[in-house]
Amino acid sequence: MHWPIDIIVLTLVIFCAIAALSVKDLLVTAILFGAYSFLMCLLWTIMGAVDVSFTEASVGAGVSTVFFVAAIFRTSRRTKD
Amino acid sequence: MLYGTGEFPNWGDPKSPASLHVSDYYIEKTFEDTGVPNFVTAVVTDYRGFDTMFETAVIFTAGLGCFLLLRDFRGKKEHYYRHVPTGVILHVKDDKKTLKVGSEFEYMDKEWVPPDLINKTVCRILIPFIQIYALYVVAHGDYSPGGGFQGGVIFGSSLILLAISYNLKTLVKRIKEKLLGIFAAVGVLIYAGIAAICMPMGGAFLDYGKLAPLVPGDPHHIRALGMLGVEIGVGIAVMAVMVIIYINIVSEGRHDEGL
Repeated sequence: MHWPIDIIVLTLVIFCAIAALSVKDLLVTAILFGAYSFLMCLLWTIMGAVDVSFTEASVGAGVSTVFFVAAIFRTSRRTKD
Repeated sequence: MLYGTGEFPNWGDPKSPASLHVSDYYIEKTFEDTGVPNFVTAVVTDYRGFDTMFETAVIFTAGLGCFLLLRDFRGKKEHYYRHVPTGVILHVKDDKKTLKVGSEFEYMDKEWVPPDLINKTVCRILIPFIQIYALYVVAHGDYSPGGGFQGGVIFGSSLILLAISYNLKTLVKRIKEKLLGIFAAVGVLIYAGIAAICMPMGGAFLDYGKLAPLVPGDPHHIRALGMLGVEIGVGIAVMAVMVIIYINIVSEGRHDEGL
């Protein structure tokens, strides 16, 4: 029985995505994208695609969050819109 | 869109179009063909090895693009130095006047904050373990999930952790920019080289089976070894490119100060 976990994680993924789009502070967006990637990685694991989930965990949740934070460090933290 | 998804085949349905044609072949024949227990690695680096080779080339191009767009060789007008015994920070505004960096003075960032002892110590202990794990992931790519891309990214992030926990100069001093560039290129060349060696041995490009006379040992294991070599190439290239991208973004291409 993995249905409930599936649904819970999927809901959290959508919540993270919407929150990342609506938040004004870009640093928060970067961290939310990290959380989004990690939840996606859980979702891949639930579906049995362990290779994909490994890539998502290392690239999506790990390095790309660091790149976002580095880019924000050198630009501005507030969005214009 | 939601209405359309109702027509989709169920998840894991054996009758869905995606699992009807080639999946059976891979599941039944992969171990026989290649001797590799992990189908995903076998498909990625053997059956569609061309695709992965150009993926590595794309990663290399990403690093090259980051370098060409962001790298700034002009250097800063102002310099900050720290007098090591007293901790006094000097701000030198004249470009011509430079202090000799050694045991007495050291370079300093503008946004410098003293590295936290706990962060520093924890990262110093963690980094070797992360690197060992990255090597494990690369080496076991054909037995367990993971492979060159993941291992390379993990190794690269361990180096990025060094830059974050100390400062960027510590990383740049240990790993020169030139070395990173060479690593990125060598990784792609290892992949292409292993693939190209197959051709004079009488096979097609990327036909690892033909490498058997070159490597002592069980000839049934040769495809797994070929994949391992290719994964190592991918790992080296990805590691170097991740560090190149990080350094260039965080220091605005000047490689002097940053996060």
